[in-house]
Amino acid sequence: MAKVTVDGIEVEVPNGSSVIQACEAAGKEIPRFCYHERLSVAGNCRMCLVEVEKVPKPVSSCSYPVADGMVVKTDSPMARNGRRGVMEFLLINHPLDCPICDQGGECDLQDEAVAYGADHSRYMEEKRAVKEKHWGPLVKTVMTRCIQCTRCIRFATEIAGVPELGATNRGENMEVGTYVEKALTTELSGNLIDLCPVGALTSRPYAFVTRPWELRKTDSVDVLDAVGASIRVDARGPEILRVLPRTNEAVNEEWLADRSRFAPVDAQKRRRLDRPWVKRDGALKQAEWVDAFKAIADRLKGVSGERIGAVAGDLVDAESVVALKDLMTALGSANLDCRQDGAAINPVRREFYTFNTTIAGIEEADALLIIGSNPRLEAPVLNARIRKRSLLGKFPIGVIGEKADLTYGYTHLGDGPGAIGNLGDFAEVLSKAERPMLILGRGALARPDGAAILGATWRLAESSGMLEEGWNGFNLLHRFGGQVGALDLGFVPGAGPGGGKDLADMLDGGVDVLWLLGADEFDVSRIPAGTFVIYQGHHGDRAAARADVILPGATYLEKDATYVNTEGRVQRGRLAVHPPGEAREDWRIIRAASELLGHKLSYDDLAGVRRRLAAVNPVFGTVATLARRGWADTAAPGNGGALDDTPFAPTPANYWQVGTIGRASPTMAECAATYLPAAAPSLAAE
Amino acid sequence: MALSDKDRIFTNLYGVEPWNLQAARRRGNWDGTAGIIGKGRDWIIEEMKASGLRGRGGAGFPTGMKWSFMPKTSDGRPSYLVINSDESEPGTCKDRDILRHDPHTLIEGALIASFAMNAHACYIYVRGEYYNEAAVLQAAIDEAYEAGLLGANAAGSGWDFDLYVHRGAGAYICGEETALIESLEGKKGMPRLKPPFPAAVGLYGCPTTVNNVETIAVVPTILRRGGAWFAGFGRPKNSGTKIFCIQGHVNKPCNVEEEMSIPMRELIERHAGGVRGGWDNLLCVIPGGSSTPLLPKSVCDDVLMDFDALREHKSGLGTAGVIVMDKSTDVIKAIARLAQFYKHESCGQCTPCREGMGWQKRMMDRMVEGRAEIEEIDLLESITRRIEGHTICALADGGVWPVQGLIRHFRPLMEERIAQYKQRHGDPEKTLPMAAE
Repeated sequence: MAKVTVDGIEVEVPNGSSVIQACEAAGKEIPRFCYHERLSVAGNCRMCLVEVEKVPKPVSSCSYPVADGMVVKTDSPMARNGRRGVMEFLLINHPLDCPICDQGGECDLQDEAVAYGADHSRYMEEKRAVKEKHWGPLVKTVMTRCIQCTRCIRFATEIAGVPELGATNRGENMEVGTYVEKALTTELSGNLIDLCPVGALTSRPYAFVTRPWELRKTDSVDVLDAVGASIRVDARGPEILRVLPRTNEAVNEEWLADRSRFAPVDAQKRRRLDRPWVKRDGALKQAEWVDAFKAIADRLKGVSGERIGAVAGDLVDAESVVALKDLMTALGSANLDCRQDGAAINPVRREFYTFNTTIAGIEEADALLIIGSNPRLEAPVLNARIRKRSLLGKFPIGVIGEKADLTYGYTHLGDGPGAIGNLGDFAEVLSKAERPMLILGRGALARPDGAAILGATWRLAESSGMLEEGWNGFNLLHRFGGQVGALDLGFVPGAGPGGGKDLADMLDGGVDVLWLLGADEFDVSRIPAGTFVIYQGHHGDRAAARADVILPGATYLEKDATYVNTEGRVQRGRLAVHPPGEAREDWRIIRAASELLGHKLSYDDLAGVRRRLAAVNPVFGTVATLARRGWADTAAPGNGGALDDTPFAPTPANYWQVGTIGRASPTMAECAATYLPAAAPSLAAE
Repeated sequence: MALSDKDRIFTNLYGVEPWNLQAARRRGNWDGTAGIIGKGRDWIIEEMKASGLRGRGGAGFPTGMKWSFMPKTSDGRPSYLVINSDESEPGTCKDRDILRHDPHTLIEGALIASFAMNAHACYIYVRGEYYNEAAVLQAAIDEAYEAGLLGANAAGSGWDFDLYVHRGAGAYICGEETALIESLEGKKGMPRLKPPFPAAVGLYGCPTTVNNVETIAVVPTILRRGGAWFAGFGRPKNSGTKIFCIQGHVNKPCNVEEEMSIPMRELIERHAGGVRGGWDNLLCVIPGGSSTPLLPKSVCDDVLMDFDALREHKSGLGTAGVIVMDKSTDVIKAIARLAQFYKHESCGQCTPCREGMGWQKRMMDRMVEGRAEIEEIDLLESITRRIEGHTICALADGGVWPVQGLIRHFRPLMEERIAQYKQRHGDPEKTLPMAAE
């Protein structure tokens, strides 16, 4: 530890800290543009100049290491004049277009100019102008505003792992760009917008929409991938205008993936189910809530419980799942399933289907095996965590499955499940490691030999020392934020003799009435013609078109709801805007239906549902925090038959248009059109 | 008293003799190299400290001390010597003549210096424009390899040593030691933050010393003749001999090796044939390459050419590129040209240099015409002060010093220029460009 005196305040900071960290420890805020605690130190903006005793020149505090006994002055004339000079230089070529700049109101340069800027400009020469660059459909550039802090370059290179940005030319002519103009090929590009201290990089979909002080900010949680990133939803009136990440060291640090950031904004207003619909005379007709419930009640009359089924989708909240499960139980049905992909997940114990090391735990691991997963496309923020660990070194990574660009180096060990039992040299790497971990993709289980893959992977984890007291290196990576919660609530076919049917059986004519709770991700055309389909959800997607009754629900941003991320972390989302039109929070819809169906549920307020959640599974009693699970139980998930060495199917390359929300978003459609290889052009009709 | 021929280190500075090994050996190069190395690392560094040699690249840091910063024992990382031959300072061309006419002084020095710093490999970073010089240097290195002077057991000293030539691409900033290291690593030439200093974390993250060509080339002779011999020239703390590059309005521009602390007037008159039109026709001299502030004739009359004497006059010895300007010179235009050079060569990393150099250049352009207000001279001065000392490397400092020197010594001339312009054009307010805020 080094003792440093900052403006007379004595603080102790670890050796190797920078002066800016010491200043922060002393509660002194140092202005900065290029410095960012999660990026490497560039030290080039020179805004963080401070005076250090016995050093003749002002030093940049972000790059200057502390020494024991150092005396720092953050507000001496030397420091202040240095910063004033830097501010003047930054402003001479910065356009005075704050009134039309989207960064206005949340601009670091604006804020610091108040503190260090002059009241007028002494610059009488011509100003520099820089041509805009096209960086894709998400990031809008106004490069004249760029102050060359290079944060975006460092983010792309270090965090996102796509070294596509750089600075061309020198001196005054230095420009940040891709050299050959192209759209940035990263799923984390939205974070550049947050990082840019000025208005050079702003959100393209959000351009000229509003001012930050007009927004109502709601803290919530993301469900568009299974990471469960902490988000802040900015809304004005009934409109969601943007989604930003919140800092959460345990989950997303301060990053957010592009789908989670951009899709919910414009999907909020498109293809929404904003009122109930009932099919009459072969066509869906607008209806009142009562009519919709009556139609359901009429159809259910005389249908035995075994002939009723329910399927939960990928984005469902725990409240509506438990309500639907209770309703189905009351109706006498055990035909429940939340695995639309048919993944052979063993819901018996949580260890079998969660990310046991936790996301932050990746940084403690010292070897990684990825099986049948492409974390870059399935969970970009989690992938950034793997890359972060990988950059620290001594972290061998092996991959079985698709040979994709994951932004870090790895050894490819095979294409199919056969490689799980035959790792070659990598087996020794794993057994030598102290904290080895593996990531099994959910997609790897969605095949006929899924159960066998799960069993083989678990045995591998056991034999290579991943399952030890205090460390459980077995991880299942889910794809959406509603998946683990439904498993935790046991929304799976009932066990025992005469047990429930799973989705495949239900689709094979096993049921007469099918209640789809936001379930769109299976082949809807497989529903037999005579089956009565109730679709409860927020977007008119695949399943709504097939429905006999549509019950309009709320998206994850429109309700107070509980979600469980892939780690098994229970998190609460909060209502940012109300659902549109007649749409309602989903558990309330089920509660209302239960009354009309004659099986009134016992709870009728949120606290009641949440008590019920905790009663069904105690994990719902603890929100946000998560204890790392060691491994105590020796039971394995079972062998599940023979392995088939068909290669693992690659994760769909279309990262953007996934799920009902992704598919409803025009921005995501534009991304897909930009980034995916174009379909073969149709031939000209000559 | 002028340096006598027997005391010259660079005996083939003018290329009268061939540069090759045979001729170099005749001149005394490679004589007893193994013996010098045999005396050990500590002896070499002590002798270098005793010689009082200060770095010849411009900053004048004591060489022996710099070498002593290198780790004595390796922590597993190799050490490197990098020789800075990216001689781009306007007004300087001393290294060039060493490279093309006397390369073996450099090669021998590289071996000894590398041994002294525990380096088995040394890189010579040659300015891109020095194509022929790099070719000669490479040929000389090949010759030395063939003669067993480089490679395993170099020159029979028992020290394994490899020497590589790397050609730059012609950026001035790559002469800054850390930018040079970046460039050598294949990256964009941008200075690194210090600390860590190269002696701790340099080339490829390993301990590295960067020395100028002339600094390394004088090493063998110093060690052969003794540090005391070298220290005998010049004033204390400014000792040794130095190659001066005299150019501009002199009758016979030349490079010459001279004793340090020689009076500037004697240097110019003895070796360069005097100022064009006589000493009284002198306007000013830039004493040490473009980045040192100019000195008016009144100072030049009796100033000594060494680090401390020039510093007293708020200038510096720099690289000893003496740029002489007689009274026909438009000195404002001359300095404006330098401001343009520094604007062009700024790497663009630090805000004050990136933005300030362009501002300075544009104001200087107006000063040349006189299209300015007299108060703007103060503004210009204040801008240079805001740039100076606020950046990672010294390019910005070197870029503003010429302008500061101009304002210090020729402010009346600038005011007169402005007054003349006003007289010609009436009210200048109307001719000024609008503020583009």
